[in-house]
Amino acid sequence: MHTDRVSVFARNGATVDTQRETGHGEKLMALTKAAMAEMLFNDLGLNKREAKEFVEQFFEEVRLALESGNDVKLSGFGNFVLRNKSARPGRNPKTGEDIPISARRVVTFRPGQKLKARVEAYAGSQQQ
Amino acid sequence: MTTENSLTKSDLIESLARSQQHLALKDVELAVKSLLESMSHELASGERIEIRGFGSFSLHFRPPRMGRNPKSGDAVALRGKFVPHFKPGKELRDRVNGDHTDD
Repeated sequence: MHTDRVSVFARNGATVDTQRETGHGEKLMALTKAAMAEMLFNDLGLNKREAKEFVEQFFEEVRLALESGNDVKLSGFGNFVLRNKSARPGRNPKTGEDIPISARRVVTFRPGQKLKARVEAYAGSQQQ
Repeated sequence: MTTENSLTKSDLIESLARSQQHLALKDVELAVKSLLESMSHELASGERIEIRGFGSFSLHFRPPRMGRNPKSGDAVALRGKFVPHFKPGKELRDRVNGDHTDD
């Protein structure tokens, strides 16, 4: 079965269509905002508009905190941590041209113990 | 309200309760916990999370390696494992960086 679909909306290498196939033929569907809103609608009884708005605002609150210089600590899941990177020499990999990379602030994610343990349990169930 | 330069889950619940006035605090709390649980569950099932404008979560494989027991110094075989990985999306990267445009 060939369901290796690439959306016509995909731009700049970003695949909008999240359905894809692994080498082993099973289909995977990534969790998206739409699926999360659907869950709030089904499980918690928010109406569709409320559910969509809630999911959007949930991520917006995290972005706002990070944007204003605050780390975000979600116990049981993980921490979003801001890091300041100093300027460093860089290079355009295509042309080989030297281009300095300016100092910047970046966000990193440090998964919590509980999430790491759950994900490792998945690894344990896969034979490598 | 944030405490010591960080936003916690309970801060997040309070902010959302303020912006979603039609929802009771305990419903907001339940919704936040459900969202985080669905995200953890997805990763624990080996699947990805893709939130446009925020970023994507996926698993990275760490191959098996020889480690050492720090007390005895004995070599120990460590099995390969998956670890969660987050890649911030463009909007989040830009906003965190104060929208400095370069290249």
